[in-house]
Amino acid sequence: MRLYAMAVYLFLYIPIGIILLFSFSAGRSASQFEGFSLQWYGKALSNPFVMDALSTSFTVAVISAGIAGIFGTMAALALQSMRGRMRLFFDALIYIAVMVPGIVIGIATLIALVTVFGWLNPLLAAIWPEGQVPPQMSMGYGSLIAAHTLFSMALVIIIVRARIAGMDRSLTEASSDLYATPFGTFRQITLPMIFPGILAGVLLSFTFSFDDFIIAFFVAGSETTLPIYVFSSIRRGVTPEINAIGSMVLIVSLSLLIVAQLILQRGRTPRS
Amino acid sequence: MRQTKQNPGQLNSMGYAPIPGSIAEFRGATKLFGEVVAADHIDLAIFKGEFLSFLGPSGCGKTTALRMLAGFETPSRGDVLIDGDRVNDMPPHRRPVNMVFQHYALFPHLNVFDNIAYGLRQRRPRPGASEIATKVERTLETVRLPGYGKRRIWEMSGGQQQRVALARALVNEPKLLLLDEPMAALDRKLRREMQIELQTLQRQLGITFVLVTHDQEEALSMSDRICLMRGGRIVQIGSPRSLYDEPASRYVADFVGKSNFFEGRLSGRSAGIGSVETRSGMLLSGRTVGDFAEGQTVAVSIRPEQCLLSQSEPGEAAAGATRIKVRIRNRIFLGEHTEYLVESGGMGEFLVHVSRQADAMSGAFEAGEEAWASWPREAAIVLENDATSEPPKKGNEHVEEK
Ligand SMILES: Nc1ncnc2c1ncn2[C@@H]1O[C@H](COP(=O)(O)OP(=O)(O)OP(=O)(O)O)[C@@H](O)[C@H]1O
Ligand SMILES: [Mg+2]
Repeated sequence: MRLYAMAVYLFLYIPIGIILLFSFSAGRSASQFEGFSLQWYGKALSNPFVMDALSTSFTVAVISAGIAGIFGTMAALALQSMRGRMRLFFDALIYIAVMVPGIVIGIATLIALVTVFGWLNPLLAAIWPEGQVPPQMSMGYGSLIAAHTLFSMALVIIIVRARIAGMDRSLTEASSDLYATPFGTFRQITLPMIFPGILAGVLLSFTFSFDDFIIAFFVAGSETTLPIYVFSSIRRGVTPEINAIGSMVLIVSLSLLIVAQLILQRGRTPRS
Repeated sequence: MRQTKQNPGQLNSMGYAPIPGSIAEFRGATKLFGEVVAADHIDLAIFKGEFLSFLGPSGCGKTTALRMLAGFETPSRGDVLIDGDRVNDMPPHRRPVNMVFQHYALFPHLNVFDNIAYGLRQRRPRPGASEIATKVERTLETVRLPGYGKRRIWEMSGGQQQRVALARALVNEPKLLLLDEPMAALDRKLRREMQIELQTLQRQLGITFVLVTHDQEEALSMSDRICLMRGGRIVQIGSPRSLYDEPASRYVADFVGKSNFFEGRLSGRSAGIGSVETRSGMLLSGRTVGDFAEGQTVAVSIRPEQCLLSQSEPGEAAAGATRIKVRIRNRIFLGEHTEYLVESGGMGEFLVHVSRQADAMSGAFEAGEEAWASWPREAAIVLENDATSEPPKKGNEHVEEK
């Protein structure tokens, strides 16, 4: 039994370990370790294509996580005050949204946006003043952010909902009993109490967007995110530079996930 | 949820003349939760400076009544008045009342000081920091927690948290302080201490206290008046003494204190004295409370401590006194008194409390011994036999929720 468990872990972690290891290799080969060096990290970080892709990924991740944080929290609060069947219905929709495979979200967003653009662009061209070039709506930052927000929002809603549900209802009652207006209660009691949930949700959304390849592949248009860059350069062969990029993504994602987990846990303990 | 069904043509607040001396009133206040009638036509005036308790078994509507005062529930019918104004639609944050919640509901992300200062900081215009600090410190002293302001909530013991909750409400100098089973989470000894402290505080501050409890001892020891409830209705309102000595029905006598009940038919009555024939044919007489028809089934209540036990047959006492021969079935030592379970052929088993002094003088009885039980006629009360369907909760059978 223990051997079996060991085998599973080895199977899971050896590839990741190899990527990490070879990212520090001094040689050119991605299959033979030739001494420790940080040169591939330097190479990756000075490659303008990598930096460009990184900045796209970062921008999309920050904006989509931010939007998901705000709207997800609002949706969670609204759902909380809903009663009965309606609430069950919307709850179910949200769990489904999280479970929908990325490829489906990607295709669905692509088809939906292409349809909308195909309908809007001629309309814009028709109403645009004579002699000026009408704007062309197309895939890019906007569609990336929209698709990622769609998914992340469901994540945030689920996490924040759990926090709100764990909150003692008498706390908000006590606040209004102590003369706080409904908004005052939200600002001084509800928000601080659910804030760890929001923060954790935003961090998770960020890592999700930052790592995502499948959805981005469909909706990125002419933009290149970091995972898309990695994918396209792998076709020209795996280099230690790719390993270095992969390791950096891994470390960023992992640390954010750990921070999110810590926030969620710490928020839970000091309740007597 | 928050909607009042108003009868057409109902008067607004201008049309109400408050009862003199009252700080709050229920006027035919009824609260429905779907099919459940949580409060059923409550009429009650709460007077300035009094300590009033809502007492009753679980689910009888005590909390609902309190929450209508706080503003968390709106009456489905009838009105709630505070200081002469109809407040049915006034949200909680506008009401000049404060509440101590059952599990305190202290804000875990704020320290003790900020918890207590919370209400003051919501005032507009907002009081200055030094004024807030002075008031909070003074209130901390009042609840005997001086210097505890910087503590976190979870660093406080249960009893201390209770005092913080009290301070958080008191610092606002409310017209009405509402307390929903504030001592339910404390152990017995601490509860007793807090009861005394709370009572002292109430006398000292002169604030009107409205307490909800299902602990009859608590209600008896602390209140000026008790409002005993059952199934959403008020069964009896009065001083602890009047509820104990002049219960309006068997339900009241059973819920407040311990009592023995003998069922029978009213066979005759004159000048407030009724004669009751028990099933076994024994004749008992006692004061009648309420209007009864002859032949009606009634209950005769006799408090265990009003019975006397003696070895020999007691001499002829006042007219109407009852003397019966009993056998001791069981003896329980309860500290301040001894509880005997006795049995007589005609009346079944009943309880007799004998004070330590009396026990020492007459010598304690042993199980199996024969003795004489007697009581004066005034000790027996003929009551409406509204037997309790649900077993009443007593103070020492306190059930912890959650
Ligand atoms: N929000 C609510 N929704 C539905 N029913 C309710 C609600 N609040 C109270 N009730 C019902 O109203 C009745 C009275 O409840 P209430 O809480 O006032 O009782 P209580 O006397 O305080 O009891 P306890 O001693 O158990 O606290 C109960 O039958 C309860 O189930
Ligand atoms: Mg209650």
